[in-house]
This record gives sequence, structure tokens and C-alpha cells, in this order.
Amino acid sequence: MVTNLASRLMSRWISEETAVKARAFSYFRAATIDQALDAHARAGDDARFIAGGQSLVPALSLRLQAPRLLIDITHIDELRGVRREGSHLRIGALTRHCEMLSEPLIAEFAPLLHAAAPFVAHPAIRNRGTFGGSVALADPASEFPAMTLALDAEIEIAAPSGRRRIKADDFFIDLFETALQPGELITAIHVPLFKADQRFAFDELARRRGDYALVGCGMVATFTGERIDDIRISFFSVGNTPTRVKGAEATLIGSSLDPERIAAAQGALEGDLAPLDSDEVPPAMRLHLARVLLGRLLGRLGEGA
Amino acid sequence: MSAPLTSLDRPNSYIGRSVPRPNAKRLLAGRGRYVSDLKLPRMLYAAFLRSPHAHAKIVAINSERVRAVEGVHLVATGADLAKICTPWTGTLDHFKGMTSAPQWPLPLDRVVWAGQAVVAVVAESRAIAEDALELIEVDYADLPAVVDIDSARQAGAALVNPDSANNTCFRSQLDSGAVDEAFAHAAHVVEEEFCFGRHTAVTLEPRAIVADYDPSAGMLTVHHGTQTPYQFQDLYSRHYNIPEARVRVITTDIGGSFGMKLHVYHEDMAVVGLSILLGRPVKYVADRMESFVSDIHARDHRVRARMALDAKGGILAMDVEDLTAIGAFSTYPRTSVVEGNQVIRLIGAPYRFKNYRATLEVIFQNKVQTSQYRAVGHPIACAVTERLVDMAAAKLGLDPFAIRAQNVIADDAYPQTSPTGYRFEALSHQACLKRLHEMMDYPTLRAEQADLRKRGIHRGIGIATFVEITNPSPAFYGVGGARISSQDGAILSLTPSGEVRCMISVTEQGQGTEAIISQIVADQLGIAQEHVKVVTGDTEVTPHGGATWACRGAGIGGETALQATRALKRNILEIAALILQEQPAALDIVDGEVVDAATRKPRLPIAEIARIAYFRSDTLPPGTQAQLTVSHHFAPQGYPFAFTNGIQGCALEVDVETGLIKLLKHFIVEDCGRVINPMLVDEQLRGGIVQGLGAALFEECRYSETGQLVNGSLADYLVPMSVEMPDIVIAHVETPTADTVLGAKGVGEAGTAAASACVLNAVNDALAPFGATINSIPITPAKVLKALKRF
Ligand SMILES: Cc1cc2nc3c(=O)[nH]c(=O)nc-3n(C[C@H](O)[C@H](O)[C@H](O)COP(=O)(O)OP(=O)(O)OC[C@H]3O[C@@H](n4cnc5c(N)ncnc54)[C@H](O)[C@@H]3O)c2cc1C
Repeated sequence: MVTNLASRLMSRWISEETAVKARAFSYFRAATIDQALDAHARAGDDARFIAGGQSLVPALSLRLQAPRLLIDITHIDELRGVRREGSHLRIGALTRHCEMLSEPLIAEFAPLLHAAAPFVAHPAIRNRGTFGGSVALADPASEFPAMTLALDAEIEIAAPSGRRRIKADDFFIDLFETALQPGELITAIHVPLFKADQRFAFDELARRRGDYALVGCGMVATFTGERIDDIRISFFSVGNTPTRVKGAEATLIGSSLDPERIAAAQGALEGDLAPLDSDEVPPAMRLHLARVLLGRLLGRLGEGA
Repeated sequence: MSAPLTSLDRPNSYIGRSVPRPNAKRLLAGRGRYVSDLKLPRMLYAAFLRSPHAHAKIVAINSERVRAVEGVHLVATGADLAKICTPWTGTLDHFKGMTSAPQWPLPLDRVVWAGQAVVAVVAESRAIAEDALELIEVDYADLPAVVDIDSARQAGAALVNPDSANNTCFRSQLDSGAVDEAFAHAAHVVEEEFCFGRHTAVTLEPRAIVADYDPSAGMLTVHHGTQTPYQFQDLYSRHYNIPEARVRVITTDIGGSFGMKLHVYHEDMAVVGLSILLGRPVKYVADRMESFVSDIHARDHRVRARMALDAKGGILAMDVEDLTAIGAFSTYPRTSVVEGNQVIRLIGAPYRFKNYRATLEVIFQNKVQTSQYRAVGHPIACAVTERLVDMAAAKLGLDPFAIRAQNVIADDAYPQTSPTGYRFEALSHQACLKRLHEMMDYPTLRAEQADLRKRGIHRGIGIATFVEITNPSPAFYGVGGARISSQDGAILSLTPSGEVRCMISVTEQGQGTEAIISQIVADQLGIAQEHVKVVTGDTEVTPHGGATWACRGAGIGGETALQATRALKRNILEIAALILQEQPAALDIVDGEVVDAATRKPRLPIAEIARIAYFRSDTLPPGTQAQLTVSHHFAPQGYPFAFTNGIQGCALEVDVETGLIKLLKHFIVEDCGRVINPMLVDEQLRGGIVQGLGAALFEECRYSETGQLVNGSLADYLVPMSVEMPDIVIAHVETPTADTVLGAKGVGEAGTAAASACVLNAVNDALAPFGATINSIPITPAKVLKALKRF
């Protein structure tokens, strides 16, 4: 299985020449969303938006992608900023990974993102990489795309034909494939505000701090006392897309987190997940790790997380 | 710290002192001068098209379309370079019967590993060269790839070299004592098969070279990120048929080497040829992926070993088979069989037993070459020996410390000869064991372990003794016919203002060679260290010598500097005696002043002697010719190698649900003889240990069944990072060698030698309650979980 971008790059290299210098391209800095969409529409398939560049620039240098035009979206004010909008937090697409750590609104109203952020790469990358870029790329090993599922987030998209919002549940389609069409821009991600009766938990298993995880998981649950009224659990690094485990969720809804329930939820993962083979982590091992991680996180949730 | 050469209290007494490296500040300030940074006027850039196949015939190369690309100056194939470069063969005479196919800068008709450079393009920028590569078409006809070591050895296996009868590069056997008899009568036998993954150096700065051929002078200058400029001067001269005096190799700052940059690489040889063809400077810097598929790899051994013991736990015999695969060629000029040779010769080295048998089989396969990388063979020999010792201890109910204390060669029993023929001058296993036991607070660690086990926390404690080969004599390469020097040379001058310039053949890779040489010179002459300038790494300036390989900079280079300084001091005092009308023996030098030897009363600054000698020689007695520049060469004599020893310990925690391992603390007690600069020695140990820990838990070059490297990026090839590294506690025992005045031995590889063995033992210790064992490194979560039958 392709667990992260670099593996994908490598498997591609095997049949190609190696490169460290990007092919020549033109650069356009868009000031508004319309300018960006317009530039893309005119260039057709040969254009890419560039945000933090933390995934795109390596791909360009390795010549895995060679667009003729880069449209820099980092100067579009509308894509910036975090603010409350009714029952949601609107997180601008350009919000950097490091802001997930520093922005008080996120810590308060989207604590799951705040908890996941330290696990995303390393400080240098977090200083540039953006939330919108991460969700647009939809790497199945990435933390944030999976967390949009756990959060029941909505992705706000600007297209030449107009604006729309798509539920995270409907956004991730297949490996690096999303509901986003070429030439469309993610403008923001809307996250329901974290509430007093909710608890969350996040963790991942990785061999080294900052690496893409062997398995990772985040969850948000709504409680009445110790009874779970609703829970959304999302895994990453387990397949072609970030994956919600609805079977496991179903075993938990309506009950409290006793050891038998947790075991039942762990058991349900077999039906929820179908990890692909990879040279280092066999599917059975990944499933085992997912069970261990789920057990640990539910344990923490039971303790109030 | 103990036993300095002279009292640490007198001025200029630098031997044994932690003085900072003079170059550290410069490098930190970003003022390093790396070959990667170098830009010469009219310089061009090379890039290489690489083979996508592990084994294939080159049917045709079509580079027609490249000629149209603006900015491209040359496209060269194997045939083009073969016209000006003679081939090389990676064999040495003292490895009897070894074979390897001839190599050219670029292949003539066949590619033998995936990633091998096939066509070179030289252009005005690397980007243009890469544009051009995309337009070259190579037509390959697939040949069966030899990937897996077992299939490589089968009768009728596909052949890496079609001209040979099989895929064997080299076989060797050692047999001493009565091994079969010892096993037949042994009370206990332990046996295991071990696997050691392939890994590679991953230097911060990749390989980098700028070749600059000036046809008007017939002069080749190569700026080369290597440890061994003289070796390359010799090789470029002979393979490109340029007189040695017209080949200059310059090594400036280098971003790590660890043995990896000792070897001849096809691209580097090609770049020299490209510069000759163009008459312009040509630069090549490997990118990270290219490094993964073209830098030498190391290890990749499978060792079956057994150990016989008497009823009380005394080791009686060992019987070992080492099988290793080295890629498609043996590396030039140091070969790819040295690691295996050291594995079978170092196994069992710390212990007192006489019956030993070992076989080594070295196999070709279609992968990139393996060769010498930090601690060549040591980690394998150490892990095999030390794991068997732990297995024996478990079987006999002995503590790991106790069984070692019982079996190591006693500190007062030297000299000794090992069953494999190594001669040990003086080692200190007993003292090291004792010290480690105290340092680890071993009983407390064990008590804590037992306590935590009850709570489901699984800690492991591991120790590993080791012996390291340092200060190699010509017995290492010279006797095999390699033009690799084991001596060093130094030229020392007193400058007109009374400072000292030392040009020496040992080289600096960040380990602090220049610092220790300046310490030795300052110490021996009696001047401040800031007044010593050390110059290294330029074949046109520094005398010929071995430079950096194995562990030799301090032991051999240091002794060279010491002897040279004593000669200079004699000359200075001779002139001083004439000026002061004294006997030279009545004078000494302290802190840059000639003093009265008995009373230490200052008589004359050496700057004044320099001034008179250089500018007022007319005031000296007639017939006096002041010799304020001296040269000195030193080749090790006596023992063929100065062996060092030590012991490492570690504590770690295994998460038995996830297979993840947390390193808690690492310990080392090391004996490298005279410690010249404790801070630098400790740096060497820490860095070496971290590399060993990387091998233990993370690093492995993984290949697909078709011979493709599947993890050639730093996202997939895991190197140790600071967060995962434990604190490392260091102590020293000092047993100087009597073969030199300085008494220093090497230390660069000691950390790497035993770190992985320690971790292997500790993980097995943690898993013992489950009856699970691990016998291969790197120890991945998958291996741990498999051993625990968790999936
Ligand atoms: C060494 C390293 C380690 C990393 N480790 C991790 C990790 O552990 N976890 C993790 O999640 N990520 C990791 N990353 C990836 C990092 O988080 C990226 O920053 C992120 O995936 C992409 O965000 P970006 O802003 O940099 O996007 P860019 O690289 O600029 O763009 C990525 C893609 O998204 C598109 N895009 C960007 N913004 C938008 C938008 N608003 N609308 C539509 N399309 C858009 C681009 O066209 C491009 O195709 C790592 C990266 C590196 C270099």
C-alpha cells in the first residue's frame, strides 16, 4: 500500500530518471479567489494551485508533476483566518499547521485539530503547510483529512460555476482522489463547535516522532453522563482514504465505555478496515495496531480524555 | 581521565584536555566550504540517466533529441569514457581466489543494478541537464535479476557476471583448535541464525565532486568530498593516464563520510572523464535518491553460529558461517569482502577460548555494491558473539555480567593471540565490565525491571563487550597490493612571527582531526594552541599519507605530528642555544618562550628566534643554517593493529502491544588508549552509538523481488532522530599502546561496534517472559509483534 507521498514518489522513480530540479514553469500570484480560478481555467490541466508547497514543491523537484503554471494562492486574504460562524468554526484554507497549535479559537472549539497538529511532520513543515492543502491533497496517511471526518466537517469550495459545501463524509473518494475537481479551490473548512458534553481523543503509532503514522486515529463523542449518544471515529494510514469506522461506532452508541464494549468495537474493525499490503506492514499487523490504538483511545475517552 | 602524557598543570599541556575544535565555530557560522557549494568560472553540471532495471542488456541508446537542447555540452556513454579511462577491478591479492568483473565509469553493454548510471549529460545547469535526460531513450533487454541470496547460490542460478561459473566472489575459512571435539564434549551448546539488514551511510552532504581539467597545462584538479585525497590522486592519475604530479585532489569541508566516501564511484570517475573531454570544470552532486541507489551499502549478512560451553559456563568453542551478498561488483580499491573478513575474525574476540572455526562466503547479486562503512564488520561480530553469550547465560541461569566476567581475557594476561590470529597488546575487559556495572547501577535497574513487569511494563537490559581494530598497518590493504598508505606525513614550519604551521596527511571530516593535531603540536612544542595552524586535505600541499580510514587519525596521524614537533623543537633549541650561547639540552620551550630547562626562567621568545633566522641570519654564527621547517613520516610498527575494547549497556522498554521500542538510556565504557581530547572522544562515541542505534531499530535498504530499492527516500528509510535517542553515559579506561610515544588508539568506530548488539540483547531480555526471541536487525515493530505472535 502507498502509505505516504514519498513512497508514491519512489515507486514512480523506479521507471524514470531521477531529478532534483523542477522543470521550468510560470508563476502567477493571485490576489483574489476569482483571479485564481480564472488563471486556472485558462491554463487548463497544466496549472496547479500552490499553498504551503510542502507537498507540491517536492513533487515538482522530483518532476513527478510538471505543470506549466503555478498559481500562488497564499496572498488571497479570503482564504485566511479562523472565526466563529454560528455553530461552526470557519477555518480558512490557508491556516497553517502551526496555527492549529497557536490559535486559541482552535484550541477551544476544535481541540481535536489542536491535538493532532503536533503529530503533523516537523516545525519547519508546519510553519508553511496549510490545512486546505492537506485536505486537498487527501493523503490517506495524513492527520488532518482524517480529522475532518471525525469532526463532521464541511469543505467549502470555490469553483468557476460558484461556491458549494461538501460534507467530509462525501469528500474523500479514493487514493488522492476527492470531490474537488481540477481548477476548484478549497476556501475554508467548517467545523462544528466543540461542546461541553463532548469528549475527543487522538493518537498515532509511528516509529519516529513526526513520521507518517503506521496507524492513527481521532474521535469525537457526545455523552450523556457516561453513555455515548454519538461518536465519530476516523483512522488514517489504513487504506486508500481516511476512513471512518462506522461498524465500531455503531457498537458504542448507546452504551458506556466498559471493557466489553471496547472489545466489541475493536472486533468490529475487521469489518470496517481492509488495509492493503505494504512491504513493511502486513495487513494483519495494521489491523492489529488499529485495534490496539482504538482500545487505548476509547480507554482515554472513558476516563474523560 | 587519567595518565596524561605530561602534567596537565603546566602551560600548553593540551593532551588529555577538552579544548573545542577550532573549526566548529566556522561551520556553525555557515562559513563551511563544501564541494557542494563550489562554483568555478565556466563550470558545467553533470546529471546521469539511471537504469530502471536490476539486470538488463543495453540494446541501444538514442540521444539524438538531446543535441537540440540549448545549454547541453556533452552526452557521454560508457563507450565514450572507456576510450580515455582504463577499467578497474575490486580485488586484493591477500584475499586469495577472490574475483570481480572489471568496471568502467559507465556500463558498456549491460546494467547490473537498478539505479546504475548509464548515460551522462553535461549542461550549463543541473536543471538543463535533467531536461535533457528526459529526451534520452535507452532500449533495454531484460535479463534475469539475481536478488535473493539463496537463489544466487543455487546451482544453475542466473549469473550476475555471465563470464563466471557462479555468483561467488570469495570464500574463506578459519579453523583453529579442535572445534568438533569441543562441541562433542560440551555441557551446553547454544545456536542461532542471525540476519543483519543492508543499510547505508546517509551523510548530510551527499557525494560531491568538481573535476577541473586544464588541457593547456595537462593538469587535473579535483575538488572531491572524500576522506582520502591521496588515494584518489593515485587512481585518477593511473586510470586517466595523467602523471601523478599533474593530478591535484583537494578535500575541503565535507558533510560526513563515515567510510562511504572512501570508494571509487562510477559517477565520480565519469565526471573526471567528462571534464577531460570538455576541458572545463564539471560538477556533480548526488541527490538523495541517487545517494540511496549509488552510495555503497553495508552489512547484509546472514550468520549461523553456535557456541559450546562447559558445565560452569566457560566458553569452549565457536563455529560460525557468515554469508553475505555484496552487489554486482566488489568495490574498488578496498573491495567488498573486508566486512565479511572482519566478521569472522572478530567474533569471540573478547573471550578466552581456543577452538574456533568460521567460513565466509561472499556472493554477487544485482544490487548496488556494499563496502566499508563505519565499524566494518564489528556490529555483526559483536551481535553474534554477545547474543550467544546471553543465550548461554540464560540457559545456565547466569547473569549476563557474571558470564562475561568469567570468560573475558583477564586484564593481566596480555599479550594474547586470538584464535583467529589477531594479536592483542593490552585490553581492559575486566576493568570496563566493572565500571559499567557501577555506572548502570545494575542491581537497581534489575529490581526496577522486575517491579514494572508485574504492572505489564516490559523493560529490557542489554550489555555487549567489544573489540575494535584501529591503527592499521600495511597488513590491512598494502599487503594485498592496494596503493593505500598506512603511514602519514607532516611538514611543520615555524613561521616568521613564531607560530607553527602543520601540513599533515590525515584529513578532517568533522571529527576534530585538526583540533587534536594542533593540541599535540602545541603540547609538544610548548606554545599556545591558537598559534598552531593545521592544514589538511590538499595533495599539492600536504605530504602523502593514509588520510582517514579505519581508525587512524589520532593513533598514526597524532604520532606523526608528535615526532615532527619534537624534531622542530630540537631545531629551534639548536638555534636558541647558538644565540644564547648555551647547550640545547639546557633549554626548553614553555608558552612560546625559550626557557632555562632547570629554572624555567624565560630567556627568549621563539618569535625572536624566528625573526633572527628569517630576517637577520647575518647575526648568526657563520655556517649556521636554521632549519625551521621539518618533515616527518611515521608508519606503525610493532603490532599490526592497535586493538581497543569496551563495553556498552542499554535500557529500553518494549510496548508488547505495538512492537514499538523506547530507548531509555545507553552506557559505554571505552578504552582507546591515550585520550587526547575527552570531548572529541565522547563526540565520536555518541555519534557512533547513534549510528549503531539506527542500525538496531530503523535503518534498512529494502528491495523488491525484482531488485528495486523500495525505500530510497528519507521518508521511508528511517534514520535515527534526536527525539528517539536516549541519553548516553560515557566513561573511559585508558590503556595506552606502547607502540607509540603518544599511546593513542582509534575511537571512531567503537560506538557503532556494539550499540546494536546491546539493543538486540535488551529487546530479547524484555521479551524473555513471553518466550519470544528476535534474531535480526533492524528490530522493527513487525518483527517484535511476529515474535510475540500478535498477528
Ligand atoms: C518531510 C515532510 C513530512 C511531512 N509529514 C507529514 C505528516 O506527518 N502528516 C501530514 O499530514 N503531512 C505531512 N507532510 C505534508 C504537509 O503536511 C503538507 O504541507 C500538506 O500535505 C500540504 O499542504 P501545503 O499547503 O503544503 O500544500 P501544497 O504542497 O502547496 O499543495 C498540495 C496540493 O494541494 C493543492 N492545494 C493546496 N491548497 C489548495 C487549496 N486551497 N485548494 C485546492 N487545492 C489546493 C495543490 O495544488 C497541490 O496539488 C509532510 C511534508 C514533508 C515535506
